[in-house]
Amino acid sequence: MARLLRRPFFWIIAAAILAFALAPHGKDVELREGLLLAAVYIILASNLNIMLGYAGYVNFGSIVFFGLGGYFCIWFMGALHWGLVPAALAGGVAVSVAALFFGLGILRLRGIHFALATIGVNEAVQAFVTNFEPWGGSTGIYLSTELFQPLGGPAQALWTIYYVLVAIMGLSLYLSYFVKNSKFGMGLLAIGQNEDAAAVLGVPAPRYKALAYSASAFLPAIAGGLYFFKGAFIQPADAFDLQLSTEAIVITMLGGSGTIFGPALGAYVYEELRGWLLTSQTFANFQLVVAGVLLLLIVQFAPGGLMGLFYRRLPRLKRILE
Amino acid sequence: MSALLEVQGIGKRFGGLQAVDALSFSVSEGEILGMIGPNGAGKSTVFNLINGVFRPERGKVVFRGEDVTAAPPYRVARRGLARTHQIVQPFANMSVFENCIVGACFGRDNLPLSRAREAAREAASLVGLGERLDAPAVQLTIAGKKRLELARALAAQPTLLMLDEVLAGLNPTEVAGMIEILRAIRGRGVAILMIEHLMQAIMSLSDRIVVLNSGRKLTEGAPAAVARDPAVIEAYLGDPGLVQRNAR
Repeated sequence: MARLLRRPFFWIIAAAILAFALAPHGKDVELREGLLLAAVYIILASNLNIMLGYAGYVNFGSIVFFGLGGYFCIWFMGALHWGLVPAALAGGVAVSVAALFFGLGILRLRGIHFALATIGVNEAVQAFVTNFEPWGGSTGIYLSTELFQPLGGPAQALWTIYYVLVAIMGLSLYLSYFVKNSKFGMGLLAIGQNEDAAAVLGVPAPRYKALAYSASAFLPAIAGGLYFFKGAFIQPADAFDLQLSTEAIVITMLGGSGTIFGPALGAYVYEELRGWLLTSQTFANFQLVVAGVLLLLIVQFAPGGLMGLFYRRLPRLKRILE
Repeated sequence: MSALLEVQGIGKRFGGLQAVDALSFSVSEGEILGMIGPNGAGKSTVFNLINGVFRPERGKVVFRGEDVTAAPPYRVARRGLARTHQIVQPFANMSVFENCIVGACFGRDNLPLSRAREAAREAASLVGLGERLDAPAVQLTIAGKKRLELARALAAQPTLLMLDEVLAGLNPTEVAGMIEILRAIRGRGVAILMIEHLMQAIMSLSDRIVVLNSGRKLTEGAPAAVARDPAVIEAYLGDPGLVQRNAR
């Protein structure tokens, strides 16, 4: 533990958490909502990065974890009358287990076939939920606002949810760090570089990939629970929105896939850019077009993303941060 | 000597091509067994059948007393069988050091990360890459990448090392250096099964040699005896007349 405190990454992440927590001063609701969205982006991108950046598997449907986590949490609370904390945690566990199960199946596929299968998983789950009456079918589930009472009423509850999401953002970044600097992460990076060679060297590729897929589902699922609880409402179209999946990929690539801080930096830059695009006269309706073009440019000219560019200039920085 | 690896009548067909047919041989502990044969004889396929990249359609592969015929490559590697590839397969964007750490982490001893670092450093310096630990693998020359293949395999602390043309593409000085390295590895008690086209090298290194032709074993024996075998000369040169003329 003492050794941890001496590592720069620990303090950088801690500083990011503090900045997020303190910036709205407990009263600036508008800033809070902007930062909340940024935190959700960071959670999604950072966990996606474990598959995309480390293991080299493009997960187009990562939003399914978020949405399914939301559904479990809302359902546990609304129908089974659980508290928010157990409901969100149980949602995280349930989605992780489901991901392990799906992962063992679809991770036999590689490259473009895997990417397509992940979209398939998202679409299949959405189709299932849309027709699943206990979860409200296509109309979704509404929660009574009375459920906010245990958290000190709606206004206070929104702040609490915000702080917890910021904490989950921090946990996501720590998870990224610990996975990357572990034997497990070493195996994932090897798989990402050359899966066949990794297997020949003894990396148990099928198990590692499924574990990575499952691990990358846990925190987004919990975040999904909190996010949809905040709105007291969940429906399939919001929960399984592929646009958010795609944005998570753009963010990860923009910041630098495979790096620890890339997804966070990418989320910040993307949020700024998005805000500017949405308010500009010319681009208001083209926001996703710009995101697409941006992705093309990154893949073509800076595959390492922003962090990749920094690290190339300052290799020493990489040794300190990663 | 007890057999470390026993290959019993394995066969593999690719479409209409019988790549390997009823092949049997064994490698003893601490032995260097050379495998030679003309291009397309099925040598690399034999390696792939042994370490589980391909599954043999017939026959059995027994390694350290365990039947590994149907085992996936990572399980065979865990048991202590490491190999290099004819076409180098480095983790291009990882450093030399990280490449070796992967070998050490997931090899026979299943080392934790901290101890894997020591093993990786040692393996890298054994093959002469000790000075280049931080270099990205992609920046190495072909000779460097071949050494890296070897270092990665060695870091796994194998009991049997399968080398697929580690000398190909190296200049004479590099070949001499590599031969020294292989002798040193053998000196540590590691058995070696090697495919090589460089006759002088394999003849001087091997204890025994297996000759493959069209997926079948042509002959097997001491290097000198194999080199004189008319069937071997015919397989390589394709001219029985030459044998007779030489004999006269």
